[in-house]
Amino acid sequence: MNTQLVPLILRDNLRLPLLEIKDLHAGIDGNEILKGINLKIGPGEIHAIMGRNGSGKTTAANVIMGHPDFEVAEGDVILEGESLLEMESWERARKGVFLSFQYPQAVPGLQVGNFLRKSVASIRGEEEAKGAAFREKLTMAMESLDIPRTFMSRYVNDGFSGGEKKRFEILQMMLLSPRLAVLDETDSGLDIDGIRTVSEGVNAAIRGTDSGALIITHYSRILEHVQPDMVHVLLDGKIVSSGGPELATKLEERGYEWLKQE
Amino acid sequence: MEENSDARGAVGEYKAGWHDPENSTIRFDFGLSEEVVREISRLKNEPQWMTEIRVKAFKHFIQRPMPTWGNMSMLEEIDFDNICYFLRSSDSTKNDWDDVPDDIRNTFERLGIPEAEQKWLSGVSAQYESETVYHSIREDLERQGVIFLDMDSGLSEYPEIVKKWFCSVVPYSDNKFSALNTAVWSGGSFIYVPEGVHVEMPVQAYFRINAKNMGQFERTLIIADKGSSIHYVEGCTAPTYSTDSLHSAVVELIALPGSHIRYSTIQNWSSNVYNLVTKRGIAHEKAKIEWVDGNIGSKLTMKYPAVILKGEGSHAEVISVAYSGEGQHQDAGAKIHHLASNTTSKILSKSISKNGGRGSYRGMVTVSPKANNCKLNVVCDALILDEGSRSDTYPTMEVANPTARCEHEASVSKVSDEQLFYLMSRGHTEEESLAMIVNGFFEPFTRELPMEYAVELNQLMALEMEGSIG
Ligand SMILES: Nc1ncnc2c1ncn2[C@@H]1O[C@H](COP(=O)(O)OP(=O)(O)OP(=O)(O)O)[C@@H](O)[C@H]1O
Ligand SMILES: [Mg+2]
Repeated sequence: MNTQLVPLILRDNLRLPLLEIKDLHAGIDGNEILKGINLKIGPGEIHAIMGRNGSGKTTAANVIMGHPDFEVAEGDVILEGESLLEMESWERARKGVFLSFQYPQAVPGLQVGNFLRKSVASIRGEEEAKGAAFREKLTMAMESLDIPRTFMSRYVNDGFSGGEKKRFEILQMMLLSPRLAVLDETDSGLDIDGIRTVSEGVNAAIRGTDSGALIITHYSRILEHVQPDMVHVLLDGKIVSSGGPELATKLEERGYEWLKQE
Repeated sequence: MEENSDARGAVGEYKAGWHDPENSTIRFDFGLSEEVVREISRLKNEPQWMTEIRVKAFKHFIQRPMPTWGNMSMLEEIDFDNICYFLRSSDSTKNDWDDVPDDIRNTFERLGIPEAEQKWLSGVSAQYESETVYHSIREDLERQGVIFLDMDSGLSEYPEIVKKWFCSVVPYSDNKFSALNTAVWSGGSFIYVPEGVHVEMPVQAYFRINAKNMGQFERTLIIADKGSSIHYVEGCTAPTYSTDSLHSAVVELIALPGSHIRYSTIQNWSSNVYNLVTKRGIAHEKAKIEWVDGNIGSKLTMKYPAVILKGEGSHAEVISVAYSGEGQHQDAGAKIHHLASNTTSKILSKSISKNGGRGSYRGMVTVSPKANNCKLNVVCDALILDEGSRSDTYPTMEVANPTARCEHEASVSKVSDEQLFYLMSRGHTEEESLAMIVNGFFEPFTRELPMEYAVELNQLMALEMEGSIG
């Protein structure tokens, strides 16, 4: 069976991007951080965003996920034709938006196994969180990410090393099978093997499906593994340049200064 | 004021807040006097010495001032003349649920007690108003000589044992409320575990207040003989009325050498109940006493489970959680006295306050000069869920022996927006996310409970988080 054919036809017929960000202006406490962002991600596509510290990458991820502290002044964020802006973050999650956090939060006392089951139940439905099928999926995902079984009884992100937190984010992504996965610097803090396993996880979750991913990163290494369809450069709240994977290499060699001149 | 315009009505539904029509067979007038005390004793056909202790305790109660700690303004609101001190709803204690009057049985069925008994308990005692209405113990334990009775039957069947230990751990003159309890006590549990016997599954007592302006004064005495062990669990609920009820119990534990007593409580009184309880145990050589104490309900709780480490190598643990919502004050803590060498103790106290609720930890640990090489560990954590809520700690340590090793940690934290956002991004509503954080905070306590209670407590807290977010 050709699984790739179905989404292609769907996309052509409906002409709907998976995610569309239109002229997005957003900020916090009256300070504008995002100053008019436009972006389209099609089904099965992986895009990357690069940019200096403080340019607004995490803010964009937070606004997509619906962080209550950020206000949207203008523009729209649309998932498969439906605006997300009026939805609470948990509703967005149930629509298939997933965010791998730059700084995942610890929740002492909340056991990993319990948390995963509850999250799968609320996003994928009770049925998917039950029984042998779930346990098998969980075991396989944990093995592929080299997460030891003992983590099941640990507390969510509590005392996890930097790299363990990132692996745990991707474990959640694999179990939740999102429509849109936003990965905010998931590669930072991961060792070389970690970057490879995470990339494999992302490829498996997106390529050949009608889901999509937005990878925020400072390094071209992860992009060598996932081969993004597009690379965008965010500078001071605006996308100043977009291109293919070669843009990432160029940025890594030359930094961001040259973009400012252009 | 409407009954359900009560504080907790606004927070979430108080599951146990219904009440039955009151069908009492004996009901005393409101108010307390020496006559009432003597009448209670007479009704119960008690031995002379018990009547005398009651009367002495009553006299002490009258002249003893109110405690000067806790919540003094709430304490002053107690109207001792507007409380019913004795109410009999059933003629006698039954040992078959079918014999318990229908309305009372229904109450306990709604609370799931008979079902729990069948599944996982060694014995059950159910007290309704002043007296125990149902009592049973598994036959194999009875054959091994375990005594598990309501306190009134304990006194009439084993008067010498009761006389030996009654008031030996908590004298009536200990405080105003232990005096009150000693004067008017009724119901509670009497347990004796013979030497070397291990009661594997917990025994449970369930206390239910149904009538308005009721005072419930149960008295519990547990004696674990050498090398024996027992786990006693108590739960309690009451309907939500617009006027206050008073629950004032005394619990005495005697852990003889090498024995182990664990006493777990999930206190879920409705928010119009004053819960003023004295709980204390004496641990003899190498014995171990653990108080696992959860305070979720009530208007004002003042309770500091205590252990006197009297024998060498004995050990005490007090693990407690307190939740204070709107209009509630939980003044809870622990007291441990190291009287002998090589004794160890551990206190873990966790409190959550929300919607203007107030939680206080009041702790006292002492080491006597003669007690060498003692180890003490005290941890108190508070979690404050919103601006108007409050948490205080009043820890006291009096260490009179330089060989003691003491550790003390305290923390106060708030739920962060980032934590909530993280959980919400995983598909959980704000209320669900808050409940996850709160239950996580209580987890070190919850994991000490039997599974069924842990589940119950988690559900209870999830309910408390409902409707709380604007
Ligand atoms: N909660 C906040 N309150 C105030 N300012 C904020 C907040 N979040 C972000 N900002 C500001 O918005 C700007 C963009 O921050 P953002 O975290 O989006 O940057 P970033 O591109 O993700 O940077 P990095 O590469 O360092 O992760 C920064 O100047 C930051 O200080
Ligand atoms: Mg960032």
